[in-house]
Amino acid sequence: MLDLSPQDMQAIWLSARVATAATLISVPFGFVVAYFLVFVRLPGKALVEGMVNLPLVLPPVVIGYLLLLLFGQSGVLGPLLQSFGIRIIFTLKGAVIASAVVGFPLLVRSIRTGMEDIDERYLQASRTLGARWWDTLLTIIAPLSGRAVLAGMTLMFARSLGEFGATIILAGNIPGVTQTIPLAIYEYTNTPGGDGMALSLCLVSIVISFVVLLANESVSRKFRQRTTR
Amino acid sequence: MNLDVSVRKNYGRFQLDVAFSLTEKRCGIFGPSGSGKSTLMHLLAGLLEPDEGRIELAGQTLFDSARNINVRPEQRRIGVVFQHAHLFPHMNVRRNLLYGWKRTPEEERRINPEALARVLQIDHLLGRGVNSLSGGERQRVALGRSVLACPRLILMDEPLNGLDEELKYQIIPYLKKVFSEFAVPLLFISHSLQEMRLMADEVLVFEAGRMQQRLPSEELARRSLVTGSRGYANLLALSGPRPQGDLWLYGWGETDLVLTEPGAAGDNVFELAAKDITLFKRHPEASSARNILPCRVEGIFGAGNRIGVELTCGGGSLICQIVPESVSEMDIRRGAEVIAVIKASAFHRLY
Repeated sequence: MLDLSPQDMQAIWLSARVATAATLISVPFGFVVAYFLVFVRLPGKALVEGMVNLPLVLPPVVIGYLLLLLFGQSGVLGPLLQSFGIRIIFTLKGAVIASAVVGFPLLVRSIRTGMEDIDERYLQASRTLGARWWDTLLTIIAPLSGRAVLAGMTLMFARSLGEFGATIILAGNIPGVTQTIPLAIYEYTNTPGGDGMALSLCLVSIVISFVVLLANESVSRKFRQRTTR
Repeated sequence: MNLDVSVRKNYGRFQLDVAFSLTEKRCGIFGPSGSGKSTLMHLLAGLLEPDEGRIELAGQTLFDSARNINVRPEQRRIGVVFQHAHLFPHMNVRRNLLYGWKRTPEEERRINPEALARVLQIDHLLGRGVNSLSGGERQRVALGRSVLACPRLILMDEPLNGLDEELKYQIIPYLKKVFSEFAVPLLFISHSLQEMRLMADEVLVFEAGRMQQRLPSEELARRSLVTGSRGYANLLALSGPRPQGDLWLYGWGETDLVLTEPGAAGDNVFELAAKDITLFKRHPEASSARNILPCRVEGIFGAGNRIGVELTCGGGSLICQIVPESVSEMDIRRGAEVIAVIKASAFHRLY
């Protein structure tokens, strides 16, 4: 039943790479943005918040198109990157960027909720014990929001595995280069007699997502044991 | 300790506006909830910024709105012990204890962590996670954590509030020992008169964001004889219980007292309500009460239908509460000899 062609295997491998890269690259930024949104008192915070959350409500195709305008040949950043020999569109990098942008709000939301749940008095205690803000960030906030970061990473990883709209516009659907599982499924559904192959990939997709959720659950349980009061 | 404070802070409809300077080593801030005690603590520690005013500790300006000075909390070296300990949940007891110590410059570290852990009797808990500790243990670790940062002043915000009613006073001996052995000035915040008397020598009374009065804690307690709903309670340090039949004999000054409650070896502190002491003009010879003490009247105070009589007996002193009629009928005045009668069950052990 599970009949995977070499091209399917490539799609699975690409999907895993894209989702992993997008998630890992986003975590530090997500952490900083969440910290800013929760702990820094500055005007203009609502604007930042809106911008971060925009990809959550915009159609992914729109995001893909905007990214294409940004990174394209005649875009804002495209020529600049080109001069360094970096090409974004129709490459794996493009797929990673598309996934990162679309999944970012989910990551930030999750980390943010975790940070908001930290009792302010832990932070006050650490300050009165002589810790500067960055010390408090590293020794109190980071470990206490660990579970939330993990949850956010899971969400983002899963979202990246399923990313379609922005990816197909920015990175295209090139087998072996940017064709991830959803794009491969899309192609199969457009091919006569491709239903069986599409179904196989769907199954793979389900299995991967399930494994990610299970792994998250077990790691987060360990965290909970360590950090509950 | 030399603490000079003059601050104003608006908090919605609540306004804190106080000015005082403290020199005593053990001071208390007393008042009902909502009187501004906790706000003041936050202002002193630098966790909140006053709208206006000045805070000076040991000659250093920590805050001055006129000169635009606001020293950060981590640089003020003022320790805080919160109501619910707030130990870092992801660290074990040792890491909690040493959190501030590690962040204190080496030349400032004048307290030995092992010695402190022994005094607080938490040395056997060091490897444990903080989640398995009892309330009293948590509070002791929190105190140790603050003391080890070698602060110039420790603020304790209702530290006994989260503890079991039965056990809450058992932490007091640890507090007293730490503060006397390691000589850290203390500002003790509480709405409990009893805690104030045990922990502070001088008390600032707060009400609705203002400082109403400032007086020795014992004086505050005496005033409660007239105004408080629970009246005055004597705090007696009694030594070494010895069994006597079903009862216990404790040393108190030159006399012995008979109590129903057993205690620990060494010093025990008991509470005895002033209204549980009955005065007799002559020795009643036979009485169901077990303690019959000849006393001398040292003074009378109070107002309305509550009169406090200060007594000395066998080196100790007691305050007894009676009504004005009794004062005139028994001709109680300074220098008079009376007999105080106390039931063995009238004593309540605090620790």
